[in-house]
Formats: sequence, structure tokens, C-alpha cells
Amino acid sequence: MAVLDRRNRRQIANTAFVTFSTTAAVIAITALAAILFSLLVKGVSGLNLDIFLLSTPAPQSHGGLANAIVGSLMLCTVAMIGAVIVGVLAGTFLAEYSGLHPLLNAYGSVVRFLNDVLLSAPSILIGLFVYYIAVRPVHGFNGWAGALALGLIAAPVVTRTTEDVLKLQAKQLRESGVALGAPMWVTIQKVLWRASSGGILTGALLAFARISGETAPLLFTSLGNQFMNFDLTKPISNLPAVIFQFGLSAYDDWQSLAWVGALLIAFAVLSINILVRVLSQEQKRS
Amino acid sequence: MTALPATTGETTRTRPAGASFDPIFLGLCAAAATLLLTALAGIVVSLLIGGWPALSHFQLAFFTSSEWDPVKDIYGGAGPIVGTLITALMSLVFALPIAFGIAVFLVEFCPPLLRRPIGIAVELLAGVPSIVYGMWGLFVFAPLFRDLVEFPLITWAPPGSIWEKLFQGIPNGSGILVASIILAVMILPYIAATLRELFLTVPAKVRESAYGVGCTTVEVVWSVTLPYVRRSAIGAVMLGLGRALGETMAVTFIIGNSHAFPKGLFDGGSTIASTIANEFAEATSDMHTSALIALGFVLFVITFAVLAIARAFLGASKHG
Repeated sequence: MAVLDRRNRRQIANTAFVTFSTTAAVIAITALAAILFSLLVKGVSGLNLDIFLLSTPAPQSHGGLANAIVGSLMLCTVAMIGAVIVGVLAGTFLAEYSGLHPLLNAYGSVVRFLNDVLLSAPSILIGLFVYYIAVRPVHGFNGWAGALALGLIAAPVVTRTTEDVLKLQAKQLRESGVALGAPMWVTIQKVLWRASSGGILTGALLAFARISGETAPLLFTSLGNQFMNFDLTKPISNLPAVIFQFGLSAYDDWQSLAWVGALLIAFAVLSINILVRVLSQEQKRS
Repeated sequence: MTALPATTGETTRTRPAGASFDPIFLGLCAAAATLLLTALAGIVVSLLIGGWPALSHFQLAFFTSSEWDPVKDIYGGAGPIVGTLITALMSLVFALPIAFGIAVFLVEFCPPLLRRPIGIAVELLAGVPSIVYGMWGLFVFAPLFRDLVEFPLITWAPPGSIWEKLFQGIPNGSGILVASIILAVMILPYIAATLRELFLTVPAKVRESAYGVGCTTVEVVWSVTLPYVRRSAIGAVMLGLGRALGETMAVTFIIGNSHAFPKGLFDGGSTIASTIANEFAEATSDMHTSALIALGFVLFVITFAVLAIARAFLGASKHG
């Protein structure tokens, strides 16, 4: 009898546990579904061609998000160019060169740790830093500062993935390059980078997805601009800042534009994420 | 016959053509690494320099007083500092059990057909930008929360009881509890994904042998899987905490933005990040700017400590 009781208790505990963790998964799925559902319901109704053609309007007048979309694309592109150059080189240093000498090794460990800190540092603090070095000295908010802030957020991500991918490459690849009589930098560029290009691309895409939704560091670097602007030395409009400003405003038409903006950003970010998964799946297969 | 190049009888080891560029390339790579290092150092230094006037002027009062008054130019940061810690810890309390549940579900008893879609859905939750969470929290979740949770709880709470104190605040849907819940949704995919990775590192043999002696799933998870990954799991949780501490936009939308100590769970509050986001671009005086940057410095110190602990736990387990 006692044995049966104990078995029952264990089974009940197990059932409770299974129920709990299934519920947890259901909660997460529900949250994602609820967010996507509200975005579609509130965003799609405001979606029309003018969104992509007209600039952000004054309150209570007709307009779109064209300047914000263009601005966001410009800032993110400039940021990514810088971030990929710095990130790939720094990642290469950590993976290929830091093992060559004890001194380089120690330096590599420090950089690796601080890169991880930078990776998870609050983005608003990166914004404050950039404000100090790129906004205050020139007495004005500008697009370069915004791009710099975004680049500083993206670079650690690229560094990290580059290092991880390079370390996965076989030792024989490196040896084969050297055996052909190629110097180390040629081996790295022509053999290792090429072999890891898929992984590096994945990292860059993830970094791009991350910065395209970043708002906090842009609030006091690139600020915003009511008009279309291609000049990076002036304030540039961007989707996240427009969503922030319009979303918290009291005007209905501004709020509905904010929802459209949120829909666009979420859609872009989520499709990049799915694309990354498809890409890495294909790599595993080949 | 083609003439062979004259050999001297001994082999000379030639450097490959272009090898002289090697040190330059190494220098380039090292410079890129140094740039990242400099950026982090720059953040610390600029926050310290920028915040110094406020820190030296208000001294200890900056951490103990919650009087934040731009009109009188008096700044005490206790409100936002405490708000940051409370919301981050509360969100961790909400997120941890759910993230743990998801990880166990995915590893132990998810139907194989659903494993990938659910895994992707959880990771997509991590990809949703902060500002979208803010919009959703303010316009969709907060009204629901107000009608379904805040009103009933406030009317239910017996006067004079601890519950009445706990549920103080204006039931308008924004406040520190709502902010913590949204934060929890934001950090839970990170914790869930890391825990799942960790659970997968447990050798199948170990788990199967536990099942083999008749353990139920809950017993396998509690007494085999969890002890196996304990140290790294703490690291994963700390990483989630670090994220919650620095989250800005979502919190700014829904925390209610008042500088005083929150009196109850439904009361408005502020975090360091939300205060900076709200006021920095429109700071009224130099002291105001400096006080905001000093808050940023405090935030940096807190997150740095949390991240360092997280790394120590995660890193140590790799060798152990």
C-alpha cells in the first residue's frame, strides 16, 4: 500500500511538472502571437503607398514614413560597413593571432572579455558615450554619430561570430595554405575567410537585425528630422525614434503611423532572423 | 634539355612572397581589437568625467535622496537606482520559472515535429525590438492588465492589510509591476535559449541511465540535468539579469516615469535607463546633464558587475 502511494505521488508530481513546462511553452508562443496579432491589426490598416513616398507629417495632416525609412537604412548601412570591417579583423585577431605569443594571448583574453561586456552593455550608455565624442564637440546632433553608436553595438556581435566560426575551421585548412607557400595573411584571406564566409554573414545579419530596432542610442545622437535628408552631418530621421515620438504623442494619426512603423521594423527584423535560420540550416546540410 | 637553376648544394628556406605584409596584417587585426577595447574604456571614462560634477556636488545624497527636481537643480538618484534594481529582479522572478519550463519542454518532451517551430518562435521573441514591446505594452497589455488585474485586486484588498499597501498606486495600467512583466517577456527567450543549450550538453547516457533506474522526468531534471549544468545555469540567469537592467525603450513606455520611490506595485516609477532616455536630450542645466550621466555611470557599474559574475560562472564551467 505504501509503495503504491509513493508511486502515485511520484506520478502526480511528474504530471504537474509536465503540465507546468508545457504551459510555459504555451505562454511564450501566446506572447509572440499576441504581439504579432496587435501589430497586424493596428499596423496594416495604416499601410499604403504614401507611407513609402511621403515624409513624416505635422500633427493632424497627411504623411508617411519615407524619410524615417531612408534614414534608418542609411544609418544601419554605414554602421554595418564599419562594424563588419572592425569586427572581422578583431575576430581574426582573437582566433588566429592571439595564440602566437603569450603576450598576444593575454591581450586576447582581455579583449575577448571586454568585447563580451560591450556585447551586453546597455545600448543607452553607448549613446551617451557617442554623444560625448561625436555630438558635443561639433555642437549638433548628426547622422554620423547615430551610425557610430549603431556600429559600436554591431561590431561586438560580428567580432564574436567571426572568432567562433574561424575556430571551427580545421587545422588542416591552415596547414594547406602554408604548405602552398602562402604567407599567413593570404591564407587567412583566401582560405579561412572564404571557408567561414557563411558564418560571418550570419553574424552580420544578426547584428543588422539587432541595430535596426535600436532606439535608445539614437535619441541623442542622430535625433530625428521631420524632412527627408541624405546629409550625414545633419540630424537624420529614423524609424525607431519616430515610433517613440509618435507613439507617445496625443494625436491619433501620429499613433497610427507609429504602429505602421512598428509593424515595418518588426517585420524586417523577424524576416532577417528567419533568413538566418534558413541559411545556417543549408550550411549544415552541405 | 632545360637548364636547371644552379644549386649550391644546400637548401635555403625562402620566405614566401608577400610575407612582409604579415606583420602589417597582424597590426591591422590588433588595431581593430584595440578599437573595441578603446570604445569600452571610452564609455567608462566619458561617463565618469561627465558625471563627476554631479557626483562630487551631491556626494552620498546622490545615492540616498530621491528628490529629483530640475527646477531647483537638486538631483538625488535613489528613485531610478532602486527602480532599476526592483524591476530587474522582479522580471527575473517572473521569467526564470517560465524560461526553465520552456527549456525542459523543448529538451525532454516536445514532440519532435514541434521542436523546431517552437524553438524558432522562442528565438523570434528575442528578436522583437524593444520599442515594439513598448508600444504593445502601453497600448495593448496595459489596458488589459488594468481591467483584469489592477482593479479587481485593489477593490479586493482589505483596508489596512499588507495587500492594500502592496497594491497601492493609480490603476492606470502603467507602473513598476507592468514594466517588470514586459521585461520578463523580453528576457525569457534569452534565458530559455541558454538553458536549453546547457541541457543539451548533458550526455544522453547520463540521462538515459537515470530513466533506466525508473526515474520520472521531473526526477531526471531535478537530480541529474540541473546539478550537471548548475554553474553555467547561474551564469545564464545573470546574463538575463544584465539585459533587464539596461533595457530602455520598453520600460520608458510603461513604467509611468515618476522619480519618487514607488509606493506599491501599481505605482509609477522610473529606471536609470528610462530617466536618461526621457530627459537627456532636453536637460535644463549642466548639473541636470551631469546628474543623468552619473546615473549612467551607476548603471554601467551595476551591469558590469553582473556580467562579470555571469562570465565567471559560464567560463569556469567550460574547464570544469
